[in-house]
Amino acid sequence: MAGAGGGSNDVQWCFSQVKGAIDDDVAEADIISTVEFNHSGELLATGDKGGRVVIFQQEQETKGQPHSRGEYNVYSTFQSHEPEFDYLKSLEIEEKINKIRWLPQKNAAQFLLSTNDKTIKLWKISERDKRPEGYNLKEEDGRYRDPSTVTTLRVPVFRPMDLMVEASPRRVFANAHTYHINSISVNSDYETYLSADDLRINLWHLEITDRSFNIVDIKPANMEELTEVITAAEFHPNQCNTLVYSSSKGTIRLCDMRAAALCDKHSKLFEEPEDPSNRSFFSEIISSISDVKFSHNGRYMMTRDYLSVKIWDLNMENRPVETYQVHEYLRSKLCSLYENDCIFDKFECCWNGNDSVVMTGSYNNFFRMFERGHRRDLTLEASRESSKPRAVLKPRKVCAGGKRKKDEISVDSLDFNKKILHTAWHPQDNIIAVATTNNLYIFQDKMN
Amino acid sequence: TACPIQGHGGREGTHPGQNTSPSQGTSSGTRTPDPPESRTWPLIVFKMAGADGDDSLYPIAVLIDELRNEDVQLRLNSIKKLSTIALALGVERTRTELLPFLTDTIYDEDEVLLALAEQLGNFTMLVGGPEYVHCLLPPLESLATVEETVVRDKAVESLRKISHEHSPVDLEVHFEPLVKRLASGDWFTSRTSACGLFSVCYPRVSSTVKAEIRQHFRTLCSDDTPMVRRAAASKLGEFAKVLELEYVKSDIISLFTALASDEQDSVRLLAVEACVSIATLLPQEDLEALVMPTLRQAAEDKSWRVRYMVADKFSELQKAVGPEITKNDLVPAFQNLLKDCEAEVRAAAANKVKEFCENLPEDSRETIIMSHILPCVKELVSDTNQHVKSALASVIMGLSTILGKDNTIEHLLPLFLAQLKDECPEVRLNIISNLDCVNEVIGIRQLSQSLLPAIVELAEDAKWRVRLAIIEYMPLLAGQLGVEFFDEKLNSLCMAWLVDHVYAIREAATCNLMKLVEKFGAEWAQNTIVPKVLGMANDPNYLHRMTTLFCINALSEACGQDITTKQMLPVVLKMSNDQVANVRFNVAKSLQKIGPVLDSNALQTEVKPVLEKLATDQDMDVKYFAQEAISVLALA
Repeated sequence: MAGAGGGSNDVQWCFSQVKGAIDDDVAEADIISTVEFNHSGELLATGDKGGRVVIFQQEQETKGQPHSRGEYNVYSTFQSHEPEFDYLKSLEIEEKINKIRWLPQKNAAQFLLSTNDKTIKLWKISERDKRPEGYNLKEEDGRYRDPSTVTTLRVPVFRPMDLMVEASPRRVFANAHTYHINSISVNSDYETYLSADDLRINLWHLEITDRSFNIVDIKPANMEELTEVITAAEFHPNQCNTLVYSSSKGTIRLCDMRAAALCDKHSKLFEEPEDPSNRSFFSEIISSISDVKFSHNGRYMMTRDYLSVKIWDLNMENRPVETYQVHEYLRSKLCSLYENDCIFDKFECCWNGNDSVVMTGSYNNFFRMFERGHRRDLTLEASRESSKPRAVLKPRKVCAGGKRKKDEISVDSLDFNKKILHTAWHPQDNIIAVATTNNLYIFQDKMN
Repeated sequence: TACPIQGHGGREGTHPGQNTSPSQGTSSGTRTPDPPESRTWPLIVFKMAGADGDDSLYPIAVLIDELRNEDVQLRLNSIKKLSTIALALGVERTRTELLPFLTDTIYDEDEVLLALAEQLGNFTMLVGGPEYVHCLLPPLESLATVEETVVRDKAVESLRKISHEHSPVDLEVHFEPLVKRLASGDWFTSRTSACGLFSVCYPRVSSTVKAEIRQHFRTLCSDDTPMVRRAAASKLGEFAKVLELEYVKSDIISLFTALASDEQDSVRLLAVEACVSIATLLPQEDLEALVMPTLRQAAEDKSWRVRYMVADKFSELQKAVGPEITKNDLVPAFQNLLKDCEAEVRAAAANKVKEFCENLPEDSRETIIMSHILPCVKELVSDTNQHVKSALASVIMGLSTILGKDNTIEHLLPLFLAQLKDECPEVRLNIISNLDCVNEVIGIRQLSQSLLPAIVELAEDAKWRVRLAIIEYMPLLAGQLGVEFFDEKLNSLCMAWLVDHVYAIREAATCNLMKLVEKFGAEWAQNTIVPKVLGMANDPNYLHRMTTLFCINALSEACGQDITTKQMLPVVLKMSNDQVANVRFNVAKSLQKIGPVLDSNALQTEVKPVLEKLATDQDMDVKYFAQEAISVLALA
């Protein structure tokens, strides 16, 4: 890694903001479970285990400081999901927000889909800067007027007021999933979206809540024959008929909805032959794909498994075009990672705005960036220590073995409770949002 | 006055009310309309209003205040009475105060906005007539940009409505600029709304403006967002209808071709609909060059949804392109759709088989069906997908009228038989429900020999819902087959259902007997049905004994007084000694039911003593129903 630079064109990443409580005592409900920029990058949404959605808005750039981008401040906070109980199955339904997806903007308001394990909701976030004033029969404070004084009719008038941001639930898409929803994805036709659970993918119309179409069903007739589950699914960014879903066996299937109404038969299967030399008890677990994301241009997709990030060309099914090791030094630690369940952590991954860099999380509050053209990578840390305004982040290095150099961190001293599962990249600019357990860090490139 | 609210209308001698339609032309601001219904009024308002005499303002004041009530239902009520408010305010204040307020209320709930959008379409007279109709444009414009499709569509509908009330000048000065603003709006919601407005202003504007409108429509057809392209594609046919033929050929065709090859199949499939309207507008000689290449392409589209649309619109397309193109192009296309790899497409095409065959040119109809369509139909009979088979079964019988007796017997009957034996009940049902049209063609003998065995088989099907469906067709079959044939083949079935082990079947069988008696008459009943029904009164199974009672309930009226009194009544009375209480109280219910049919002598001398005895029965229910019968028949 050359110099302190990383990312594309030698970006120097510096601290911008950190959101969330500072104390070490983390409330379960405050754990961030998803992070997502909207299509312009002006808004950034997070969901947490407590079922809340917090939306941050980027301030307009201040005139005096042309070199700094606007900060993100809280725009709206609302309770998206509440804990529920399924009485038929005696199961608690957690309120945890599994995914948030923004809809393409259709008018002055903003819309997003949020989902927990079972129920998807469409939220409208809108601004109001006027309110009606003037009653006939009562004062503005609600006291009734002496009606004998009412001799003419008054039509209320809208007057300016302090800006108010409202979040209102517009649709609830419920009762379509027997298993836990892991993905939602809005189609480029602007009118449908998919929701995927462990065994099925459903297709919804954004305006119809009482009907959805099951398009993929991998549930075997006999559940004892179950060998794989769906781990993530996404629509192609501009081909409305194409979707992919990944499985716990490390494969990705691409479906063409034009070919048939049911997509149980895939049209492409992306799979890399296993390297026999790396074969172990954990092979199957670590090959499970935890996230799949199309590149913005729609040519590639990226998958994240436990130890690596792979980039696939949609035209080549037999192997990925690029493979990046996220934390190869953990390969020798798989046994203990299995024992403490970390091996089942679901890391997500994301592309930068022009698809030249990808980012994903790791342990010890480290996150990784891979610059595709230059085959360069970078490890950064989200920590309170380096959270001074505009402080440049120092690259980190983990010592895999042998003699530990200065500034290197030993594998044994990594904190596996501090993990970065969710990250998001601004759709145009070099601004990233990185969720540690209960804090949201925002970093940006140093502008000169 | 006791009630100020009811009082005012009478005093003024007018009663405009909430139903006052704008077309009645009330422009006076002094009229006092009806109050809103179902309201709890603040008590103080009542009192004071009555006291000072100016009570007419209060209902309106409340309505206006409730336009901004926190309760959606109250806001909705107020919006639905908007015409009342406007009448009270008068045209001037409606224009200058009410409409600006409404223009800003787009933050409200969908249902309120929907009601508002609808109201504004009927508001012309309330703002002062056609001269001022353009004042309604701002609120409708803001409603045409909200996110809810239903609200936007309603706003567009109202805009289309009031566009006709604009003078040609106002149309160019006010309406057309609005369409342009919407068409070039930042968000796709406003651009989709614009698509529905071009066709209403185009015929009434100058040629310069016409050119602009065509340009705007063209732009929207290639919009970045699929939502707008879909809206444009769905309005393409309607827009083509108002365009001059030369522009249809120059503009519309190229837009149609472009939309039909859009990258998104959701857009392409809408072009199929437009194809129907466009083909209707063009002279026959232009169809081949201008429309057919696109239609052929759609029928073979890579996306099943587009092919489905072609199948679904096939009859309309067939009529629009005419007999020659149908023969040369549509027949092979239809064959392909019937053999499509996607079941949804095959089902849609199967649904159209009869209509397509009916509409084939007469000179070659039979040849085409026999050599091209029938082979495909034969394959569909054994399709792997039950929706396909069921769709076919719902129309296949219709082919017999088109093909005539001989062809039906030779080619269609085997198919009917196969479908009648299909494993899927829906398929079998669809066949049975259309038996009558085959009967007309091949006659009853033929039908009985070929299809009846299969029907009899179904009548004994293990699934009770199938049996139930067959029972429901019995009266129809009886009517078609005649009494002699019925007695010979079906009567025993009908009697067997009376002792079915499923109650729903026994109940339907009872009802079926009644319908048969209505058809064949009392004498037939006396000879064939009544003895068997009454015989069941001695059955060891109490459920069967009860069936006798249920049958008597159903049959007494159709059989008439004589049979009821002489044959049925003795049996019922005898059953009053049954050891099962359920039978006894059903005797009471039966007596109540057949009482009106009996003569008064029998009622007094025979029925009354039995009911009186039952009224002292040890069983509560028997007592209850006996007492009820006594009081209903007035025997006490």
